[in-house]
Amino acid sequence: MKRKVKLWTAKTAMYAALLAYVVFLAFPLVWLLSTALKPNSEIYSRWPTLIPKHPTWSHFATAFGEQNLLLGIANSLKIGVLSSVIVLLLAVPCAYALVRYRTFVNKAVMGWVLVSQLFPSILIIIPLFLVLRNLALTNTHTGITLVYTVWSLPFVLWMMRGYINGIPIELEEAAFVDGAGRWQVLSKVVFPLLLPGIVASGLFAFVSAWNEFFFALVLLKTPSLTTLPVYLSRFTGSEGMTRLGPLAASCLVATLPTLVVFAFLQKGLISGLMSGAVKQ
Amino acid sequence: MKQRSVLGQLGLVLPFLVPVFLLSVIPLVSGIYLGFTDYQFGWDPKFNGLDNYIYMLGDSYFWSSFRIGFIWTFGVTAGQILFGLGLALLLNAKLRFQWLARVLILVPWAMPPIIRGLMWNMVLLPDTSGPLNYLLTQLGIISQPINWLNNFSWALPTIILVGIWGGLPQSSVVLLAGLQSIPKELYEAAGLDGAGVWAQFRHVTLPGLRQVIVAIVSLRFMWNFNAFGLVYALTQGGPGGRTRLPMLFAYEEGFRYGNAGYAAALGNVMVLVVSALLIIYLRRQFAEEGGM
Repeated sequence: MKRKVKLWTAKTAMYAALLAYVVFLAFPLVWLLSTALKPNSEIYSRWPTLIPKHPTWSHFATAFGEQNLLLGIANSLKIGVLSSVIVLLLAVPCAYALVRYRTFVNKAVMGWVLVSQLFPSILIIIPLFLVLRNLALTNTHTGITLVYTVWSLPFVLWMMRGYINGIPIELEEAAFVDGAGRWQVLSKVVFPLLLPGIVASGLFAFVSAWNEFFFALVLLKTPSLTTLPVYLSRFTGSEGMTRLGPLAASCLVATLPTLVVFAFLQKGLISGLMSGAVKQ
Repeated sequence: MKQRSVLGQLGLVLPFLVPVFLLSVIPLVSGIYLGFTDYQFGWDPKFNGLDNYIYMLGDSYFWSSFRIGFIWTFGVTAGQILFGLGLALLLNAKLRFQWLARVLILVPWAMPPIIRGLMWNMVLLPDTSGPLNYLLTQLGIISQPINWLNNFSWALPTIILVGIWGGLPQSSVVLLAGLQSIPKELYEAAGLDGAGVWAQFRHVTLPGLRQVIVAIVSLRFMWNFNAFGLVYALTQGGPGGRTRLPMLFAYEEGFRYGNAGYAAALGNVMVLVVSALLIIYLRRQFAEEGGM
């Protein structure tokens, strides 16, 4: 009997702790949602409430009315998709080669992947800025796409290596024995098995481009070219504080796509990070 | 056959190596070099030896930004691992509504650092229209609302809290996977030997997680020391430089004042400091592992 009570207390404490975590992690987003739906009088009230008393969509209308928000979303989407596609095209064959044929190149590349994680972005952007300026690529989407490609390549390579390691080589050998050619084995055996990993890695690359701020801040100066984070960063000072409603609405709009993608693909993403980052 | 496979590999690896070499290895090496020049945007860089570093020694902004950088990095990394471990243990226990918690913990992860910062700005508003000040004044914990992000003594602890919040999901997801890879038999055996919950945690869970913990401590340490976006959105380094992390300082030097050579030199010192600390940490871990 005593044991049961003790167990019950432990369970309750655990639920309480879990609830505390969930509140801590989710509250800022809930508050953002609440701010976006409240009229100004409620936002600046000294007795704020979590649930809006008179919910309104007007802040969303204001936010969407601003040309640059839509442009920022379009730019971020374009740059994110382009750079993740390029990263995958570069990383998948390379990771496959590194796993299946082991030579000195393997060690050198993996060593580079690790070392590259050490460097602060300031040390990359100063010389890159110089190079891109000589090519007249600063303040262009080509320039920033190139920078993002290089920026996420090492980690994507690392992830893909984990996935490919997980495919037993016996499967490929069996297909060879059955008379399949090199290309057939790759397209009919390896690729289907690798698809979840490719999706997860591509997603990773997309999200890191979508979230990236520093390079975009430095490289893109024309307002119509900037990405979403740079557009939103203009509201960090006092200007943003006077327009909390539309700002909250813009932030929500900017978060929704990644949130949906994340909820949808969380399993694949998590297992991808696992196999890439933790094994070995 | 052997030769062909080496060639085959080079053929596959080369398209990857060339762009990385052009856009990553070369800039990085020249970035290191620029740290030994008087380079200013618009002028030609001239080698000036250790001048930047000698200047740095007397630059009080440098010392304060690195001091703040250490407090931030240690605080955030420790918080992310400890709280992440707590959350991972909860998510690994057999509780209901876990699926919901697992989705919710991904929330901070899915957001750009800038939006995380803007969102917290709203939670931390300096008067009682901000929920944190409202709650704390209502509960009587503080008598006056606190201007969290603009107060000389509160700004740094506040951004550390937000930093921990932002990294919790990733840390706990990785730790959760580590927990799930520990064989159940080990716990059963320990239970049969009469080990209590705490003893099981110390002698089964922690050793089982060791590799994972070493890996994420190292990664987190590097990422946190090089953090930029979140703090830029929260305080832009203020008030009075109290939250000016090394990256913010280097950014200001390079892109606000145009002292690119000095900014690169700061980058070099950041790499040196982080790698020195990592080497000490990893050495220790490996030494302990060998002694076990």
